[in-house]
Amino acid sequence: MLHLKRTVPLAIAFFFVVALILQYFVPHPLSEKFLGMTQKWAIIVVYVSLLLGVGSLFQSHLRKIRVQTPGWGYSLVTLSVFGLTVLAGFHSRGNSPGGPLQWTYEFAYSPMSATMFSLLGFFIASAAFRAFRARSVEATLLLATAVVIMLAQVPLGAAIPGVGSLSAWILGVPLTAAKRALMFGVALGSIATALRIIFGIERSYLGGTE
Amino acid sequence: MIRAVAIVLLTAAAASAQGLEGFEVFDRPGDAGGTVIAAWKGVPGGDAGVEYVVSVAPAAGGEWAEVARFASTLHRKVEAPAVFGYAESNERENYCPVDGLLPAKGAPGLAKGHSLETRVRVEAFRGGVRVALSEGSASARPNWWAPQKANVLVFALLFGAGTFWLIARARRNPDVFVRRIPGLDAMEEAIGRATEMGRPIVYLNGLNGMDSISTIASVSILGQVSRRVASYDSQVLVPCYDPVVLSVSQEVLREGYTAAGRPDKFREHDAWFITQEQFSYVAAVDGLMLRERPAACFYMGYYYAESLLLAETGGSTGAIQIAGTDSVTQLPFFIATCDYTLIGEELYAASAYLSREPLQLGSLRSQDFGKIVIVAVLVLGGLVAMTGAVWFKHLFTVAS
Repeated sequence: MLHLKRTVPLAIAFFFVVALILQYFVPHPLSEKFLGMTQKWAIIVVYVSLLLGVGSLFQSHLRKIRVQTPGWGYSLVTLSVFGLTVLAGFHSRGNSPGGPLQWTYEFAYSPMSATMFSLLGFFIASAAFRAFRARSVEATLLLATAVVIMLAQVPLGAAIPGVGSLSAWILGVPLTAAKRALMFGVALGSIATALRIIFGIERSYLGGTE
Repeated sequence: MIRAVAIVLLTAAAASAQGLEGFEVFDRPGDAGGTVIAAWKGVPGGDAGVEYVVSVAPAAGGEWAEVARFASTLHRKVEAPAVFGYAESNERENYCPVDGLLPAKGAPGLAKGHSLETRVRVEAFRGGVRVALSEGSASARPNWWAPQKANVLVFALLFGAGTFWLIARARRNPDVFVRRIPGLDAMEEAIGRATEMGRPIVYLNGLNGMDSISTIASVSILGQVSRRVASYDSQVLVPCYDPVVLSVSQEVLREGYTAAGRPDKFREHDAWFITQEQFSYVAAVDGLMLRERPAACFYMGYYYAESLLLAETGGSTGAIQIAGTDSVTQLPFFIATCDYTLIGEELYAASAYLSREPLQLGSLRSQDFGKIVIVAVLVLGGLVAMTGAVWFKHLFTVAS
C-alpha cells in the first residue's frame, strides 16, 4: 500500500519531470507531440479533480446544514445557488446568448465580483494608513518614497520641479534592483525545490515526509 | 547614345551571371524541421539599393515560385543568432528562411518536419536590373538537439551538481547554520495563541495549482503546521481554491495528525473546496474569517489582487497574520498588512527551516551558493561590459 502511495507517485513524478526537462532541449516533432500529450493529460486530470472539489463542497456544506452549525443558512444558500446555476447551465445548453446562464453571469455574478474587487480601493487606503506611519527610520523612508511616487502620478505633483525625475529614478534604480534581487532568489529557490521534488527529497506534496 | 545603352545592357548581362558572395542553402539547425535557410554575405559591388527576390522549386524539377522579396537592409543575419551566432559581420549579411517543399497531393508523404529536396534561388536587383543570382538546394530535417540552449543545460547541470554535492555534505555534517527567519519562528507562537484562545487557524495555499513551486512550498509548510496544531490540540481550517490542492492538503493534514500521534483528531472537512472563481473565493474566505474570528491567518503560496482583500479582513479580526509569497506584485500588500512576511525564497526555505532535515538544508545552502555565483557574474559582467565586449552577455542569452 505504501509502495503504491509513495514509490509509484515518486517514480511517475521523476519520469515526467526529467522527460519534460529534456523536452525543452529537444525540438524534434516527437518531443513536441509528447509535450502536447502531457498538456492534454494535465487538463483531463484537472477537470476530473474538479469533481473531487464539488464532492468536497457538498460534503462540507451538507454537514453544516445537517448539524445546523452557526451560519448554516449560508451553506443552504450556497448549495441552492449551485443547483440553480447548474440547472440554468443545462437549460442554456452550455451558454446560449440571452439564456438564464448568461443572465446569471451578467446580473448576479459580475456585479458581485465587481463589488468584491472594488473593496480593494478602501482596503488599500486603510492598509496604506497603517503602513505609512513614521514609526521607525525604515517606515519613514517608506512614507517619503510613497509620497514622492504618488505625487509624481498626479499633475499637480508632477509640476513640482524634480519630483518626476526623482520618482523615475526610484522606480528605475532602487526598485528595479530590489525586484531583480528578489527574482534571482525566487528562481534559485524554484530550481532547488524542483530538484528536491525530482529526486524525492521533498515529499510533503504526497502527504508527508515519511 | 545607342553605344551607351549597349554598354549598360552588356554590363547588366555580365553582372547577372555573377553569384552572391558566400551563398549557401542549408537545413535550419536546432528546429522541429520544415525550414531551410538561404544565406549569403552580399552582392559584388555592395548591397546599397539592392532588392532580393527569393524563389523555390522542387529539386526534381518544376516551376519557380517567388516566396519573398525584400530590401537588402532587411533579413539581416543578426536577427537569427540561433543560426548565425553573434559575429559582427551578421549586421551586414542577409538570410531568408523558406518552408521546405512538401510532396504533391496523392504522392507518398514524408514524416513530420521532413521536406523534399528544395531548390532555393536568390536574385539581386539594383534599379530593376538583375546584378547577381545564386541557387542551391537542401531538404528540411527535424533535429534532436537545440544547440542554442546549450548554455541553459550547462548552467542547470552545474547548479544541480552543486546542489547534490551540498546535500551530500549536509548528510555527513547535519549541523548546517540557517539564519533566523522571524516569520517562521512566529508560527509556533501563533499556533500557541490559537490554542490558548480556543480559536482556529485559517491557512490558505494561494490561488495557484500544484504545478506551482510556491503552492508546493505552501503545502510543505502546512505539513509542519498541522503537526504542531495536532500536538497542541488546536484546529486549522484550509479553504481551497484548487481541487487538486484540496486533495493534497487533506492528505498532508492527515499525515500531520498521524505523525503527531493524534490521528483521531483529524477532520477531513477541515480542508474543503470553495470555488475556482477569484472573488467568490475571497468573499467566502472573508466571510469565514468574520464568522470564525481566527486567532491566526497564514497566507502561503501565490496570490493576485485578492491578497489585500484577504489580509485586511484577517487583520480586522485581530488575528496574527503571517504571509509568504513569491508574487513580487503582492508582496508590498502583505508587508503592509501582515505581522510577518516571508519574502520570495524564504517561502521555499520554510519547509527545510521547520523540518531541519539535513537533505533539505543542503539544498538551501545551494541557493546561497547560487546567489554568490550570480553576484560574482554580475560584477564580472559589469567589468567586461565596461571594456565594450558583448560576448560575456551572450553566454547568458538563449538565442532565438
